[in-house]
Amino acid sequence: MAKNTESIFTNPLLRWIDDRFPLSSLIKDHATEYYASKNFNIWYLFGVLSMVVLIIMLITGFFLTMNYKPSADDAFNSVEYIMRSVENGWLIRYMHSTGASFFFIVIYLHMFRAMLYGSYKKPRELIWVLGMLLYFCLMAEAFFGYLLPWGNMSYWAGQVIVNLFGYIPFVGETLTEWIRGDYFISDITLNRFFAFHVIFLPLAIIGLVAAHILALHHVGSNNPDGIEIKKNLDETGKPVDGVAFHPFHTSKDLVGITVFLIIYFAAVFFAPEMGGYFLEVDNFEPADPLKTPEHIVPSWYFTPYYAILRAVPNAALGALFLVLAVLLFVFLPWLDKCEVKSIRYRGWQYKFALTMFAISFVALGYLGLQPATGIYVFLARFFTITYFAFFLLMPFYTKLEKTKTVPERVVYKKKES
Amino acid sequence: MSENLNRRKFLSIATSVTSAVGGIFALGAFISTFQPSKKAKALGASIRVSLSKLEPGSIIKVIYRGKPIWVLRRTDQMINELDNENSNLRDPESNLSVQPDFAKNRFRSKNPEFFVVEGVCTHLGCAPIEKFAIAPADMGPDWKGGFYCPCHGSKFDLSGRVYAGVPAPSNLRVPAHQFIDETTLLVGENS
Repeated sequence: MAKNTESIFTNPLLRWIDDRFPLSSLIKDHATEYYASKNFNIWYLFGVLSMVVLIIMLITGFFLTMNYKPSADDAFNSVEYIMRSVENGWLIRYMHSTGASFFFIVIYLHMFRAMLYGSYKKPRELIWVLGMLLYFCLMAEAFFGYLLPWGNMSYWAGQVIVNLFGYIPFVGETLTEWIRGDYFISDITLNRFFAFHVIFLPLAIIGLVAAHILALHHVGSNNPDGIEIKKNLDETGKPVDGVAFHPFHTSKDLVGITVFLIIYFAAVFFAPEMGGYFLEVDNFEPADPLKTPEHIVPSWYFTPYYAILRAVPNAALGALFLVLAVLLFVFLPWLDKCEVKSIRYRGWQYKFALTMFAISFVALGYLGLQPATGIYVFLARFFTITYFAFFLLMPFYTKLEKTKTVPERVVYKKKES
Repeated sequence: MSENLNRRKFLSIATSVTSAVGGIFALGAFISTFQPSKKAKALGASIRVSLSKLEPGSIIKVIYRGKPIWVLRRTDQMINELDNENSNLRDPESNLSVQPDFAKNRFRSKNPEFFVVEGVCTHLGCAPIEKFAIAPADMGPDWKGGFYCPCHGSKFDLSGRVYAGVPAPSNLRVPAHQFIDETTLLVGENS
């Protein structure tokens, strides 16, 4: 496409800026002349929704920092102070705590979209890898943030997670002391987790989001048919199957954002604790190093991995499997040997494998919340195996796939075959 | 010309190496700030515990590095009970468990009378509770006295040795400790 450097503005001030800053060309490259497929479905909302949640988290987080005190003596009380004394403090805090759970909901759906339509495949491998780095940062951000209220579940969940590093041979013990800066989770640990949560990780996330979007806009968005729309251009050089991101996709996204905000605020106002899943009962008690909660359970968005950790009989191996379970996602673009991107045109093998994977992930998430006894252990082991089978057998079953013919042009509705 | 290029190459390499070395030293400084500070180390130093008022059959609990440390003064009856073989234990010789070498015996202590142990369940870190009575109603007729973890039902004997068939994988940890004199215990270092 020929680079159009002409100003899109008539306003003299904006024109003055345009002569000194690439405002027009930024808007054109990323909005009004960025063409994305016109057959996007509901799965394509979750990217923009994760941006909305990120902005909510940055703003509410900033306001929470004004009243929160990151010290073992004051942290719990300062959260109570925010909830009870600060004008609308409860609203800001519930928006932040509910936002954490919603962040993971939209990110998991966003990732699943990529797996449905092969969005991680060539030429979008780097977008996927950057997205996975974002996911790791988000997990770290959630983990560090979870310690800050200094409730008893915060404390013990932190204890369990930091102790996982202790399973690394030889350096484990030293490494856990290095992470905590103390011999147990203390004031020192809380203070540094706060620093990670409010400075380092948000900056890393913002930077990675910029890279994620720049890479996306460089290669172009995928679509539910997995067709490269750039291959089919009209006489002006625009993809025939694409429409401009703004105003077409933005106006559609606005509807999605509105619906999302209705659901999100319903949770904020009517069920901020979500029956103990968003905010856990044990966390309404201050941290007590001498009193363990009955069942130490991580937040729901980590429970699939927690179930894997507990399913492995050996603690050190369990920690290794947990790390692998998270890391394997990164290698999806290279594990998947099938040429066809979208599940619409792929063989039964991938459809079956992806269904099994989704069931395993949800089942492990449920099992991670249950005590590790009896039938739960057996089920957790079964689903741990199916979880890993999805990744490790992928190079084999994706080669066997008998795919359907991918159409030349995008279709609006999946044709019944 | 080529002399100039060689000179440029040399300068590039010299600059890169110098900044890399400087960078590594700077990184080292930042990484070292993460270690336990002098204050944390001082607060985590060994502690002295006076046992002069500890009656036989009773237990005192102190805190060392954020963990509860229990000192149990066993009665003769308790010691005799531990001397008998107990076939229900998972690791009776403490081969899979953590303790100083001098405590790798059935009493898990140097002097059978004083038992020093971390009151932290080896399963998920809960605090077990003492059940010293023999065969109480809630523990069943085979119970010979010991510790019971209320979280997930792990059972330990009076030497902190774990029973088979409970979630905890190993015996309670015995921390580094030594006796300075007959009634003064130092927790944190072995002799």
